Amino acid sequence: MTEIIRQTAVDLATKISSGELSAVEVTQAHLDRIGEVDDRVHAFLYVDGKRALAMAAKIDAKIAAGDPVGPLAGVPVAAKDVFTYSGAPTTCGSKILAGWLPPYDATVIRRLLDHDLVILGKTNMDEFAMGSSTENSAYGPTRNPWDLDRIPGGSGGGSSAALAAFETPLSIGSDTGGSIRQPAAVTGTVGVKPTYGGTSRYGLVALASSLDQPGPCARTVLDAALLHQVIAGHDPCDSTSIDAPVPDVVAAARSGDVTGLKIGVVTELGGEGYAPGVEQRFRESVELLASLGAEIVEVSCPHFGYALPTYYLILPAECSSNLAKFDGMRYGLRVGDDGTASAEQVMAATRESGFGAEVKRRIIIGTYALSSGYYDAYYGQAQKVRTLISGDFERAFAHVDVLVSPSTPITAFKMGEKVDDPLAMYMNDLCTIPSNLAGNASASFPVGLAPEDGLPVGLQVMAPPLADDRLYLVGAALERALVQTWGGSLLDKVPALEVSA
Amino acid sequence: MTAVLTYDEALAAYDPVLGLEVHVELNTASKMFCGCSTVFGAEPNTQVCAVCLGLPGSLPVVNARAVESAIRIGLALNCTIADWCRFARKNYFYPDMPKNYQISQYDEPICYNGWTEVALDGETYPIGIERAHMEEDTGKSLHMGGATGRIHGAAYSLLDYNRSGVPLIEIVTKPIEGTGAKAPQVARAYVTMLRDLLRALGVSDVRMEQGSLRCDANVSLRPSPTSPLGTRTETKNVNSLRSVERAIRYEITRQAAVLAAGGRVIQETRHWHEESGTTTAGRNKEMAEDYRYFPEPDLVPVAPSREWVAELRSTLPEPPVERIRRLAAEWGFSDLELRDAVNAGAVSAIEATVAAGASPQSARKWWLSEIARRANEAGVELEDVGISPQQVAEIQALVEAGTINDRLARQIFDGVIAGEGSPAEVVAARGLALVSDEGALSTAVDAAIAANPEVADKIRSGKIQAAGALIGAVMKDLRGQADAARVRELILERLG
Repeated sequence: MTEIIRQTAVDLATKISSGELSAVEVTQAHLDRIGEVDDRVHAFLYVDGKRALAMAAKIDAKIAAGDPVGPLAGVPVAAKDVFTYSGAPTTCGSKILAGWLPPYDATVIRRLLDHDLVILGKTNMDEFAMGSSTENSAYGPTRNPWDLDRIPGGSGGGSSAALAAFETPLSIGSDTGGSIRQPAAVTGTVGVKPTYGGTSRYGLVALASSLDQPGPCARTVLDAALLHQVIAGHDPCDSTSIDAPVPDVVAAARSGDVTGLKIGVVTELGGEGYAPGVEQRFRESVELLASLGAEIVEVSCPHFGYALPTYYLILPAECSSNLAKFDGMRYGLRVGDDGTASAEQVMAATRESGFGAEVKRRIIIGTYALSSGYYDAYYGQAQKVRTLISGDFERAFAHVDVLVSPSTPITAFKMGEKVDDPLAMYMNDLCTIPSNLAGNASASFPVGLAPEDGLPVGLQVMAPPLADDRLYLVGAALERALVQTWGGSLLDKVPALEVSA
Repeated sequence: MTAVLTYDEALAAYDPVLGLEVHVELNTASKMFCGCSTVFGAEPNTQVCAVCLGLPGSLPVVNARAVESAIRIGLALNCTIADWCRFARKNYFYPDMPKNYQISQYDEPICYNGWTEVALDGETYPIGIERAHMEEDTGKSLHMGGATGRIHGAAYSLLDYNRSGVPLIEIVTKPIEGTGAKAPQVARAYVTMLRDLLRALGVSDVRMEQGSLRCDANVSLRPSPTSPLGTRTETKNVNSLRSVERAIRYEITRQAAVLAAGGRVIQETRHWHEESGTTTAGRNKEMAEDYRYFPEPDLVPVAPSREWVAELRSTLPEPPVERIRRLAAEWGFSDLELRDAVNAGAVSAIEATVAAGASPQSARKWWLSEIARRANEAGVELEDVGISPQQVAEIQALVEAGTINDRLARQIFDGVIAGEGSPAEVVAARGLALVSDEGALSTAVDAAIAANPEVADKIRSGKIQAAGALIGAVMKDLRGQADAARVRELILERLG
């Protein structure tokens, strides 16, 4: 029998509900694995084994009593540390939230609990989800299980690394500019950014409200679809949540039939700056899709070239306001309160020592961009370009069912390589940002290893709003064909992380 | 001490222009963006949740009832209702604002470009309405241990977030010009009208002393009505109708003195001090804080349908000036009587008293004399004296039934205000009923005649006006608790 930790979520769920495995057993296996490898991977910021095992025992009892349970009952899951989970520290990878215990559950967390999943703990991330390498976490970086000297992507490097290191079969991320898809790409896992409004942001600590979206991370397309199904759907607590049925992502993931599907290759997302291995794997995957019956056309999205600067005005503007609440007055860190300092001085001292450099950089840029006299030139202008980018998508989707591109221009880079060069770091999100600006659905699927460095490459699929199912259709088609070619999961090639005796 | 001119000197030299910003707390059961209760006066920090505490991850959801109230207020002020508008974030740091931004509206208010009018001294003054927009209230800070009660210099501060997120409508007038010396009274009449209108709409408790109606007064002076607008000051914290008038009056004299001395009015926020009747400088607005407004990304736009707006229009009470005209006709008040009632802000109280069964003239008499006197002495509004229109009507009914007379009625006012119960209970408890027992009255009358034989002889000889002395003696004997008319009848029966 395959080791518990290497099984898919859907297999684990089947075995748990049939009694072949217990949820406690499965949970314990993952806790053991975390204990074994996480000191090197550092995917987790917080693990509560006792609470997880208690949850698992409760689910086992439910199953034993014949009570109805969810389709992923008993399967462990990890959540990015940006979601509130009552009673568990929620830091967002920042010092400023040290010690804060949220008194309420994020809607996404609530749904995991309501569907009988077992929450193992919280995963590492760039501080307040700002970064593409998880090196901006105030609690130390996460490492890529493919090569511990390389980054696992970001901001949700913890959620993807935990999957690639077999510490959890499922995890939850949040994607503001690629924070689910880019880590998925560089760790050889699946990551989906649902349509904006498809999953609830309630309890997701905001980076940029108009861009943030929670989504599923998994090792297989079907596992991601099942998790998507659990967490998606209308939430009255989030005004921007869409009151519409969740697209049938599970059926799409089971089908994988792309016959007649019209796929557009985005001209602008490729060429200079893209690693040859990334382009090669991408090209091969597109040819593979064509051989599976899809119709391939080239599509130009002329405004995508402005996506990065647009994003880096809108995001800082919103985050400068969203992060204003972290002032040391009500929760988290408080610095300089010596009994004589004024409230203003305490606020300033707390923010000075509680925020990292990248967070400060974006707060300062955003504050500037929103300032009277500059608003029209920066924030106002960026919103106009955002509309143009949405227009590019609308025109494209009038002709094609989905768009595809590489998920990232390059594979996982070395730790420390780009920390001092914010612009080089921002380039990692070149391909993923347009979908955040437009709010459409988008995902990254593993399509092999780059020949030059043997590191994972991701292919990005972009679908129209509320057509999230099409992502899974393409993802499943690729997965089915590629796993055959590879003779097994790509993640079987991840080097052993266990310390050899 | 700031030099001031007398009001007449100030008005002789300058023309005042006003701008009034009124914040109305809506009386919705729940807050603007969450389900917490809005009831006033609860234990601090008991009506709070993740949303109104601005906890990380929480999100606002618009209270549809608050939008409805905003639209009804806008319609009642003849505003255009936006087909589509957004909330905006107003960013600034303050400990009683848990998110360090306030969700408000900026360049897309839900109601804009309206008008209303107020009646004063028999004249009607038009008031333009710039906008009425929705926003959330902040929490309340109590700064302890400092001299000023403000955050600077305080040893520590107590924060109560019960008020955080209570729905507010801010109603902003266009510049109010052409009122001349009447500016302070027009301002007071406007706030009074607004209060009555909001009460008639049923959208707010409009209790100025509880802060559910708050007024900021912008005042500027210019040499003449044709000159460009002068620099304005914004006086905050003006929390009674009386203060609106006093604060504007003071600010006119203060600015006039500055200008007359060749000085320059500084654009700033000023704080009103009820006790001294003066204003002092607050935040300097020339170094204006930049609120970095931008559309609230956590909320979807508000787009009221035409049908809904039309439906809400049909629920409006009649316009204030028309209402006053109608009431005057119904009540048969003279112009002078009406003017006094309007200027005293007593129209609604009289209306409620009449509705409770009193005659219009008796209602007018009580509110404009007895109750107005007490309000003036206590420095409070009529409705805060501690007696309700229903109780006034009840007292008047007791007078008309002959149970009490006007003199005794005053003692009943004392009792009701002192919290001794309903008027009937006060009558019983204090033993204030008129002696209506004919036997007791006859005994007293006979005793008075016997004690004053000369007076009795005069009356017998036809000098009926001498009866007054005997009536006085009877009333004294019965400690005032007799119906004087009946006493007179009894005397004349015996001596006529």
